Amino acid sequence: MKVKVKFFAMLRERAGTAEIVREIQDGTTIAQLWAGLQREFPKLAVSGIRLLYAVNQSYVTPDHVLHESDEVVFVPPVSGG
Amino acid sequence: MFRVTDKAIQLQELLDFVTDPEAGAIATFIGTTRDNNEGRKVIALEYEAYPEMAEKELARLGDDAKKKWSICRMAIVHRLGPVQITEPSVIIAVSSAHREAAFAACRFAIEEIKRTVPIWKKEVYEGGEIWIGTQSGQSMTQDK
Repeated sequence: MKVKVKFFAMLRERAGTAEIVREIQDGTTIAQLWAGLQREFPKLAVSGIRLLYAVNQSYVTPDHVLHESDEVVFVPPVSGG
Repeated sequence: MFRVTDKAIQLQELLDFVTDPEAGAIATFIGTTRDNNEGRKVIALEYEAYPEMAEKELARLGDDAKKKWSICRMAIVHRLGPVQITEPSVIIAVSSAHREAAFAACRFAIEEIKRTVPIWKKEVYEGGEIWIGTQSGQSMTQDK
């Protein structure tokens, strides 16, 4: 199945793209997808930063299992205001 | 009214939105961009958001505020893209029957924005640029 990944801010710059689509296996968690993307885009591995995970515009826990056509975002520390 | 925008924020628009015959108070908070941060001279600031989720999170924190305090109406607009020094980056307006609720909800809203809403600020200063919040060792709370 396919999921869409959007990158923002620092992660967008490091990935060199704002959006990608990836084929994943059934049962893949968001944390597992992130681990795979860090291998694919080594620059995404930023030490000392705690990311939050979001699926379809809501925060989820790292063990959240992804589904077909999910929109996945890895949220670096926010700094609005 | 919970939204992000590429255009300059109009305070009057928020005031008009929260105006309510049952309100005895309107509190506002305006976040403005300053020309210095941690000893760095800031030349320019730029905001980026995950817009659909940012607006959803703004509405969520608005719902939370309404559960905590007796509020008439609430409006939050956050600016995106380049923001000139001294210009507002965010404006919050809350109306309530009595002032305590409006002040408290306003304060709550800006703290929640800084904690959970997916908006990021890039600071361009003399000699470099940095995404604020991503300096080594910093993190945000993960209780959500």
